[in-house]
Amino acid sequence: MIDTAYYEKIDFSVTEALRYLGMRGAEADGETLRVLEEARAEAEQALTPAVRYTEAEIVRGGEELRLSCIRTNSEDLKRNLFGCERAVLFCATVGLGIDRLLVKYGRTHSLKCALLQAIGAAYAESLCDRFCGDLQKKYKGYYLRPRFSCGYGDFPLSAQREFFQALSPEKIGVTLNDSLLMSPSKSVTAVVGMGSIPCKSGIKGCAACEKTDCNFRSR
Amino acid sequence: MEKEHILSKIKSGLFLLDGGMGTMLQSRGLPAGEQPERWNLSHAETVTEIHRAYLNAGAQAVTTNTFGANALKFDRAELEHVIDGALNCARRAVNEAGKGYILFDIGPSGKLLKPYGDLDFEDAVELFAQTVRLVGNRADAILIETMSDGYETKAAVLAAKENSDLPVFVTNVYGKDGKLTTGADIPAMVALLEGLRVDALGMNCSLGSEQMLSLLPKLYEYTSLPVIVRPNAGLPREEDGKTVYGEDEQTFSDHLVACALKGARILGGCCGTTPAYLRTAAKKLKSARPLPVCERNRSLVSSYTRAAEFGGNVLLIGERINPTGKKRLKQALAERDFDYLAGEAVAQEEQGAHLLDVNVGVPGLDEPILLAQAVSAVQTATDLPLQLDSASPAALEKAMRIYNGKPMVNSVNGKQAVMDAVFPLVKKYGGLLVALTLDEEGIPATAEGRLQIARRILREGKKYGIEKKDMIFDPLAMAVSAEIGEPRVTLNALKLLRDELGVNTVLGVSNVSFGLPARETVTAAFLQLALENGLKGAIVNPLSMEIQKTYRAFLLLNGKDENCSRYVAFACAQEQIAPPRGEEDSLKSAILRGRKERAGALAKELLKTLSPLEIIDQEIVPALDEAGAGFEEKRIYLPQLLMCAEAAKGAFSQIKEYLARTGGKEEKKCAIVLATVKGDVHDIGKNIVKALLENYSFAVSDLGKDVPPETVADEVVRLHAPVAGLSALMTTTVPAMEQTIALLRQRAPWCKVIVGGAVLTEEYAKKIGADCYGKDAMATVRFCESVYRNGR
Repeated sequence: MIDTAYYEKIDFSVTEALRYLGMRGAEADGETLRVLEEARAEAEQALTPAVRYTEAEIVRGGEELRLSCIRTNSEDLKRNLFGCERAVLFCATVGLGIDRLLVKYGRTHSLKCALLQAIGAAYAESLCDRFCGDLQKKYKGYYLRPRFSCGYGDFPLSAQREFFQALSPEKIGVTLNDSLLMSPSKSVTAVVGMGSIPCKSGIKGCAACEKTDCNFRSR
Repeated sequence: MEKEHILSKIKSGLFLLDGGMGTMLQSRGLPAGEQPERWNLSHAETVTEIHRAYLNAGAQAVTTNTFGANALKFDRAELEHVIDGALNCARRAVNEAGKGYILFDIGPSGKLLKPYGDLDFEDAVELFAQTVRLVGNRADAILIETMSDGYETKAAVLAAKENSDLPVFVTNVYGKDGKLTTGADIPAMVALLEGLRVDALGMNCSLGSEQMLSLLPKLYEYTSLPVIVRPNAGLPREEDGKTVYGEDEQTFSDHLVACALKGARILGGCCGTTPAYLRTAAKKLKSARPLPVCERNRSLVSSYTRAAEFGGNVLLIGERINPTGKKRLKQALAERDFDYLAGEAVAQEEQGAHLLDVNVGVPGLDEPILLAQAVSAVQTATDLPLQLDSASPAALEKAMRIYNGKPMVNSVNGKQAVMDAVFPLVKKYGGLLVALTLDEEGIPATAEGRLQIARRILREGKKYGIEKKDMIFDPLAMAVSAEIGEPRVTLNALKLLRDELGVNTVLGVSNVSFGLPARETVTAAFLQLALENGLKGAIVNPLSMEIQKTYRAFLLLNGKDENCSRYVAFACAQEQIAPPRGEEDSLKSAILRGRKERAGALAKELLKTLSPLEIIDQEIVPALDEAGAGFEEKRIYLPQLLMCAEAAKGAFSQIKEYLARTGGKEEKKCAIVLATVKGDVHDIGKNIVKALLENYSFAVSDLGKDVPPETVADEVVRLHAPVAGLSALMTTTVPAMEQTIALLRQRAPWCKVIVGGAVLTEEYAKKIGADCYGKDAMATVRFCESVYRNGR
């Protein structure tokens, strides 16, 4: 069974958004802050966050791992789901409004466009965090794994089609293009493993990445 | 006995549809991920039995199991089979029951249309058309349902209308906020669908009957068509780890009855509803009487999110996207610089325009193609409804077809040939038609003469089913400098049109001051007089302060501005646009501080004494260099750098305006082709690079995102561009970058390639054969500068 959750308003971090623009916590100056504030206000008007999700049993057979419609040999996903019998698949989106603003300001205001890109991304992250937090409350007694998306490690982007089969995220307005990318662009699909024992390799986010010289690395 | 036509049946009372199909198939064992339409062949008996159960429960129609029957999901042969199968199942059930109508069901494509998705509008029309053509006359109506995008809905309706004579019913998916996921509200959808001449409209899915009940009054208040309501069995909730729908049969059917009493005429169920729900509803609905279907007489235009209505407060129609007398716009159109149009659209919206005129008539340019392109571009910048303005019916048709919403269409007039060409377009695509009161004899010299023409146009429109509400009359404002008595005639005509015919009026107000000095004073005074005489739509320049003052004071003095709040906000905003105190007030400093408006104003001032080149060399480039150096030394960050780039753009726009006016030409360095590679839609980095390169006077050709290698090579060859910049953000799309470079080496060996994007490194860039790794936007500027210097 597939569920839908709608969110009215999510808190998100402006600092996080600025980090996506390479600011690393440096102070923005007056005029930039003014545009940032404008962009934030416009973004908030445009957001329509929603999540589609379903819970499924993990079936392991030989090399293959099965989870709802997903069939994969991805070693990285198997490692992520080690010790889990069940998992939640979800698709979260901040809605099409942000994309509209991105196209508008892509034509007319490059700074605002860049800020909205960053705000949209930060918002999508916050939405996923909030949703996973809610999952944790719902599944008391389980230890949730860091969410894992296709395109991470050896979990191929082609699994997007299987996510779409399993979740019908069209119902919340998310569609897949021929290059397997989602519209609205600020959308995320992921697997969240539910283990009965705590996860040892709980490192996630930037800390888990080998590219230590990245401009966007969080400190 | 011949069966009563479905539309006449609906006219006579409530009409009950069936309930959920997917829900029923799942309960019969349809596995997740399997296409339900295949069961029309493999489990025909089950599908037929579900139809039969609904008919027995009291449904007056069944919907075929063809929600996803389209050419994206099935090949041609299988598509034909599943549609035949579906129609056979429905026909068998109806024949056995000896009653019931068949609705052929069409669901969404599952793809999002351009520009936010990748499905082209005409491809979407063709996709639905392929399905519709297979239906023939084997159904009683077509039901287009669960549509969450107005634009896709329009594609599906056009496909149905162009390939079938069956009645067309449409239901959209609204959220609790009363909007589709793509943003359209109820009035916008009513405007669009009634314009397209569908036969009934409404909502289905996503919401339960209780939520739909709360949205229903708005829908009923706006539409002149029978209203369809097909709710889910409530909102889903968790119970013992299982999802159940929130409404039981009793609650659902009670709400359905309440819906009937609030204006719904065609009722049914969506996800989670079963024959049991419909049986209970059918019983309770027996004694219910529907509200009448009322003619609403609303004069609506719409965009993809909202509608504007003529008849209440006067609406301002921004006139700035019209090349008459505007050299800068002519130049932008000749260069297909749609970003300039987008900027004009945003500026007018910010000044309170309610609609925007789009006219691209420039001699020598292909107007039909250009108008459609301009309309698409402007719709990415604003969600104001647009007025499509052209004397060419061919241009109007192309633009009306791809327009996302119900447009205002300018114009028709009393000439028979023009009416013969334009009325059929409005009948097919919908639109609020501007009717000019002139005919073969020209413009009548009297108000009465203009009224006569208006009467004739109204009569002619009726022949096409185009009512008064879908026409707005323009009694033509003429230059007072040419004929001193003209404005009075126009004002009288305004009054006559309102009082005698009860129609709305619109005027190109600015014409009145043509040929005079200090035009705005005269235009604003005429606007005031026209408003006094009942004008409902004023085509004006919303950026004109005189116009703004007149318009806002008029609203205030006519009691249309509660607490004077809008006027006060307007007046206070004017005081704030003064130069900053205590700051060095040079152009260079304004750019470095990121003050766009100030930079524009200072550039305009400087143009009185300096040449454009001097301003660029002495003020703009030094400012950009200083900002660029600060960025490279990490003293300032990307947002500040872009802020400076925006401010420089403010100065450049004044220089471009000046050059267009004086016939000068902008000096460009060389062409640079930019693209985000195939498979990648991340274009933030590329857009930043573009903004900076343009400030450094490079002629940037931006191919956008998800660009195939061939397109990049074609453009580099066409421009003989010395540099191509490629962007990719994902590891999965770096191979596409490599392919693009390989193709460029083959077809454009002279071209240097610079690559950038989060996944790239210096080494990786070398490995895939690029000439340079652009670690950030400034690095790309420096590289292009060096290629340009060496090439000279």
